[in-house]
Amino acid sequence: MAEIGSFALLSALALSVYCFLAGLLALVLPRFQTVWLGKITWRTAVAGFALVLLAGFLFIISAFVFHNNNPYLSLTYQCTLVLALALCACSFAIWVIALLRSRQADARLGETARRAGIATFALVFLAALVLVICAFSDDFSIAYIFHHSNRDLPIPYKFAVLWSGQEGSLLFWSLLLGAYGLVLRLRHKTDVRLFAHASVIIAAVQIFFLLLLNFAAHPFAIMQGALPADGNGLNPLLQYPEMVIHPPMLYLGYVGFTVPFAFALGALIMKYPGEKWIHITRRWTMVTWGFLTCGVFLGAHWAYSVLGWGGYWGWDPVENASFMPWLTGTAFLHSVMMQEKRGMLKTWNMWLIFTTFGLSIFGTFLTRSGVVSSVHAFAQSSIGTWFVVFLIVIFAVCLVFYILNRSELRSEHKLESLVSRESSFLFNNLLFVIACFTVLWGTLFPILSEWVQNHKITVGPPFFNRVMIPLALLILLLTAVGPLLAWRKTSLASLKRNFLWPSLGALATGVVLVALGFRPWKDISYLYSLVTIMLSVLVALTVISEFVRGGRVIAQKTGQGLFASMVHLTHRNTRRYGGYIVHFGVIVIMIGFAGAAFNQDKEQEMGFGDKMAIGPYTLVCQSYTQEDKPNYGSEWAIINVFKGDKQITTLYPERRFYKASQQTSTMPSVHSTMKEDLYLVYEGQNNDTGRPIIKAHLNPLVMWIWVGVWIMIMGTIVALIPNAVPVRVTAPARVQVAPVSVGD
Amino acid sequence: MRRMSNLRRTVSAGVLCLFVIVLMGASDEDARFSQLGHKLMCVCSCNQVLLECNHVGCPYSDRMRGELAASMERGDSDDLVLQSFVQKYGPTVLIAPTTKGFNRLAWIMPYLALVLGLTTVVLIVRAWKMRPLAMPAGGIAPISGAELDHFREQARKDTEV
Repeated sequence: MAEIGSFALLSALALSVYCFLAGLLALVLPRFQTVWLGKITWRTAVAGFALVLLAGFLFIISAFVFHNNNPYLSLTYQCTLVLALALCACSFAIWVIALLRSRQADARLGETARRAGIATFALVFLAALVLVICAFSDDFSIAYIFHHSNRDLPIPYKFAVLWSGQEGSLLFWSLLLGAYGLVLRLRHKTDVRLFAHASVIIAAVQIFFLLLLNFAAHPFAIMQGALPADGNGLNPLLQYPEMVIHPPMLYLGYVGFTVPFAFALGALIMKYPGEKWIHITRRWTMVTWGFLTCGVFLGAHWAYSVLGWGGYWGWDPVENASFMPWLTGTAFLHSVMMQEKRGMLKTWNMWLIFTTFGLSIFGTFLTRSGVVSSVHAFAQSSIGTWFVVFLIVIFAVCLVFYILNRSELRSEHKLESLVSRESSFLFNNLLFVIACFTVLWGTLFPILSEWVQNHKITVGPPFFNRVMIPLALLILLLTAVGPLLAWRKTSLASLKRNFLWPSLGALATGVVLVALGFRPWKDISYLYSLVTIMLSVLVALTVISEFVRGGRVIAQKTGQGLFASMVHLTHRNTRRYGGYIVHFGVIVIMIGFAGAAFNQDKEQEMGFGDKMAIGPYTLVCQSYTQEDKPNYGSEWAIINVFKGDKQITTLYPERRFYKASQQTSTMPSVHSTMKEDLYLVYEGQNNDTGRPIIKAHLNPLVMWIWVGVWIMIMGTIVALIPNAVPVRVTAPARVQVAPVSVGD
Repeated sequence: MRRMSNLRRTVSAGVLCLFVIVLMGASDEDARFSQLGHKLMCVCSCNQVLLECNHVGCPYSDRMRGELAASMERGDSDDLVLQSFVQKYGPTVLIAPTTKGFNRLAWIMPYLALVLGLTTVVLIVRAWKMRPLAMPAGGIAPISGAELDHFREQARKDTEV
């Protein structure tokens, strides 16, 4: 059966090569033959697609039936990716030909390319599915499965095998890109020509990843020598429920930025008039940004729950790699509003999205190349050169088309006042970009130091905290100020009206906190903490005042209650009020971060009945024991937690030893409240006494961070909902407008 | 009798003060240990702060903590303690760049970028603001029709979000 599948696959490969050649011929032959060749290539592509489906069906059955010890089958799996590459190259080439010729007859060629692009997704999906099936069927003849799975690995983690190693994660990148491309190609009727340009660019990116999968990182490479009885197992750090969803979210974010990038570059190449590409990509960008936000914070939660050092963000190079496109993506989400509303910052927006996409690729490069040391060193190799070349190509292509077509990016309006919504967006963008530069600078400085001083240095959390906190506070200040400024120009009276009460509220909060014992003069971290909370209150009050003010207007008109009116208001302009909800989520997160200034920790050896006091809690060791499970052995303690005389919970900090990978992992146990987290880590055993060493962390306000993320997600979803009632200008009777004089 | 009582009180107060000073000293030493321990990385390639490295059987962290405590007991200054770690484990043992030589650049660049960026934005805004609007000869004529619709659309855009 596998042989039949391979034959079908090879036939499809031959047909796709034929499609490609026919497309090339169509470029040089006269019109009649072009039409004829277009029909032929289209029909051939359909036949090739049918063969691919047949091969896929046979492979899935083969993977279940003939798994293990079948190197021939592994090679034919790899053929799926070879075919995907051929089809993608075919799609790219035919599309380029069709776009260059710009004739009606070439529409059929374009359609062929579109379908070839869809078929590429089908093949990559097939390859990913087969890899997951191999993980489930413990096919250790495939090296990737041997290195990242084992027989006793729990079922959910067998899915995670797909993205736990380098080859699999590149395949996953390719799969998600194919999926985004599929949606884009299915919706091509929105604007056929713009979508065609965007599809060509997506196909070009897809070709890069398929080249990697076929020539540098084979997911279906076979094991040499005797077939092993069991695999090495999944990295213990990845055996945590969130790791089943954190990488997909992050990758959906990274990959998703390819779509706005493709539309932006496509619009630049075709000198697309107006801002339609921004309207088309608005939702794509928001969805992508939402995924990246989820991915970044799921990563933070994973670090908090698994790494066992009591923190959630360590400014690790790979964390930074995910944070950088988030920063520029956030800047882009804000600055496109300037282009939509005022036709300004066109060049800036173009480069912002180019940079965001470049940083997404750069993030993958950092994760995979091993140029910087990281706790995320799950999948390092020497494919860094590929990424460097790809980044250079991206930059060169963007630069060339920018130089050629920059005249199309002239601003339609000029900025009229320093106190306006436009300038607040400018400063907002500046701060986000400087923040991104700072993270990039800190991440790459060790490499720079090695070049200049011949030795590496470490750039760790103290550097980032010292530089990034003031920037974050400035951004927070702008979050409060920006939304209340009017477009073009804001009057002093309006500023006073909008900010008086929120500012007084923020100041009052500061006074109350100092009265309650906050001592900002004792330590800079306390000062930052106080300022963060005050600014957060300022943002919260401005956001609330916006909702209340708008709600009141609607309540007066409709007679609804204030809350119903605010819901109505949100529904009428979901993007604006969804954005405010996102801002609200951000301040909740910032308050959570502010709590870190008051973290406490304590370490103690704890025998039966031993006590440890930390903050308001008393910990009593009830017992400690060992356990043996198929996948791992573990040592854990049972700690009763008392507050005063009342027992409030029991925690079970644990340390695991994974048998397959011969690695240890901590499983902290956490008691979370909105006020603070009690976080216990099983550090190990004292070799002399055999008693466990427990480290307790008391981390205030951590829960606020996770709550804030949920609010941000909710705000993003609200912003994605279409407006209930489109805002329309009723056509009044035409009136003669009196001449006005324009002052300066 | 009263003198004896005063003496006892003074001695008690003195002992109490000494005790508090000793305790404060211990507390200061703990704080200093924590402060210095948070300026150093564990070199077991876990990429964690020395005092936060939680690997069972880590070949470095316990030894390094011991060395840190020993340096402090010897009465070494903070600089000397850190310098001895750099000499033994290399410059990567320090968690953040120093403020000397080339490493100073690490600290300067972000602030320099911020200052340059802010200056550029302010200058751009000012330049744009100062640019005079193009005035048609003979003043502004009344507008109507498509042009008026265009301005209405612009006003809608300006006030919508």
